Amino acid sequence: MLDRVSAPLQRLGRQVVNAIWRLGYASRFFLFVLLRSGTGFRRFQLIIKEIYFTGVLSLIIIIVSGLFVGMVLALQGYETLQKYGSSEAVGTLVALSLVRELGPVVAALLFASRAGSAMTAEIGLMKATEQISAMEMMAVDPIARVIGPRFWGGLISMPLLAAMFSAVGVFGGYLIAVVLIGVDEGAFWSQMQNAVDFRDDIVNGIIKSVVFGVAVTAIALFEGYDAPPTAEGVSHATTRTVVTSSLAILGLDFVLTAFMFRGA
Amino acid sequence: MENLVEVEDVSFAYDVRPVLKGINMTIRRGQVMSIMGLSGCGKTTLLRLIGGALKPTRGEVRVAGRVMHGLTQDELYEMRRKMGMLFQFGALFTDMTAFDNVAFQMREHTNLPESMIRDLVLMKLHAVGLRGAQHLLPSELSGGMARRVALARTVALDPMLIMYDEPFTGLDPISMGVIGNLIRRLNDALGATSIVVTHDVQESLKIVDYVYFMSDGVVVTQGTPDEIRESEAPFVHQFVWGEMDGPLPFHYAGARIGEALGLERGHA
Repeated sequence: MLDRVSAPLQRLGRQVVNAIWRLGYASRFFLFVLLRSGTGFRRFQLIIKEIYFTGVLSLIIIIVSGLFVGMVLALQGYETLQKYGSSEAVGTLVALSLVRELGPVVAALLFASRAGSAMTAEIGLMKATEQISAMEMMAVDPIARVIGPRFWGGLISMPLLAAMFSAVGVFGGYLIAVVLIGVDEGAFWSQMQNAVDFRDDIVNGIIKSVVFGVAVTAIALFEGYDAPPTAEGVSHATTRTVVTSSLAILGLDFVLTAFMFRGA
Repeated sequence: MENLVEVEDVSFAYDVRPVLKGINMTIRRGQVMSIMGLSGCGKTTLLRLIGGALKPTRGEVRVAGRVMHGLTQDELYEMRRKMGMLFQFGALFTDMTAFDNVAFQMREHTNLPESMIRDLVLMKLHAVGLRGAQHLLPSELSGGMARRVALARTVALDPMLIMYDEPFTGLDPISMGVIGNLIRRLNDALGATSIVVTHDVQESLKIVDYVYFMSDGVVVTQGTPDEIRESEAPFVHQFVWGEMDGPLPFHYAGARIGEALGLERGHA
C-alpha cells in the first residue's frame, strides 16, 4: 500500500529534481557562452560564417512566408474594413500586425524550425562523432570556438530576418490591396505612415525579435550540446529544440506584449 | 630512460560502477606502448584519464611530472598542446577539408603566417601519403584515408605524447598495415611517445615496444611483444590467439542446457 503511494511521489520528485538540475545546467552553459564570447569577436569571420548559415540560408523561407502572410492579412483586413467604409486603413492594419506581432513571432518560429533545428543537429552530431572531444583534446575550447560564434550569429540574424519578414509582408499587402483590389495607393501608404510609430512599434518589434533570437539560439545550442551522442539522442534533441523554442517564443511574446503595449 | 607518463594506483568509477581498480603503469619517453584488453575493460577510460578529461577517484596520473587532475583549465590546455590524440573514427571536422583539418591547431595556437602553415600542412599530409587529397572533405575520404588525415592532424604541432584510441577499428588489412607503420615511423621521427589503446593484437604487437594487458579494470600482465606472444597466462593466451573458449567462456552464464530444454530438473 505504502509502495503504491510513494512510487508516484518518488517519480514526481525525481522529475522535479531533474528539471531543476537541467535548468541550472542550462543557465551555467549560457553563462559560459557569454563569458567566452571573446574568441568570436576577436575573429569576427567566425560569426560572419554563422550569420550566413543561420541568416542568409533562412532568407528564402522568410521571404516566401512573409509575402503570403502579408497577402492574407490584406485580404482578411479588407474584407472586414470595407464593412465600416475604411478600406484605406488596410495598409495600417497590415503594417501594425506585422511590425508589432507577426513579423517577430512568425519569423522566430520559422527561424527555430529552419536554423535552430539545424544548429542542434550539427552540434549533436559533432558530439556523437567526437569532434567536440577532439577539439577539447587539441586545447581548443568548444564553447568559445563552436558555440559562441553560433550564438552571436543567430542573435544578429534574427532581428534582420524579422525586419525582412515584415518588409516583404507589407509589400505582399500592397500587392493585394492596391494592385489586386484597387485601394487608393496614396491612402494606403499615408495612413500606414501616420499610424506606425518608430519608437512604439518598430523598436518594440526589434526588441521582441532580439529576445526571441536569444531564446531560440540558446535553446538550440544547449539541446545540441546536451544531446546523448546517439542517432536517437540527436533526433530527440532536434525535436525538443523546435517544441521548446516555439513555446518559449509564444510565452515571451505574451509577456513582452503585456509590458510594451499596455494602454497603447 | 626517463618516464613520460606515470599512472600510480589509479581507480576510477562511473557513478558507482568501478571501471579501473588500482592501475599502475609507466611509459618511457620514446616508447610506443600498447594497452590491450577486451571491449569495456577500461582502456579508453585510462586514455581519457591520461589526457586529463577525467579525474581519478583514487591515485594520480602524471605526465611529464605534472599531476593531470591537479591542473587548472589553462594549465590543462597548455599541457594538451603538447599532446595529440587520434580518435577511434578520426573525428575529423566534417565542414573542413583535409588541409583545413590539419591546419586547425596551427591556426588556433600559433601566429604563423598562412604561407608557412601551408608548407607545414603539406609536409604533414605528405608524411601520411595524402598530400594529393588536401582539398577533399572528410565525406569524400575512405575510412583508411580519413584515419590518415586524422593522424596528420594529431601530429600537426609535433606533440611529445601521442594517444591512439582503437586506431585499427574498421580498417581493411592494407589500411591497417599503413596506419600501424605510420604510428611507429611518426613516433620515431618526431621523438615522441605513443600510447596505443587497441584490441587488435597481431597488428599492434608488430609495432609496439611494450604491452600492458588489462581485464576487468586491472592490469593482468605486461611485457614486450615477444613475452606476450609466449605468455602462458590463460587469459592472455586466449586473447592473443583468439581462442573461442577459455577463462572468458563462450557461453554467457545461464541455466544448464538440459534444464533450459526441460530435459532435467533444476535444483530448487
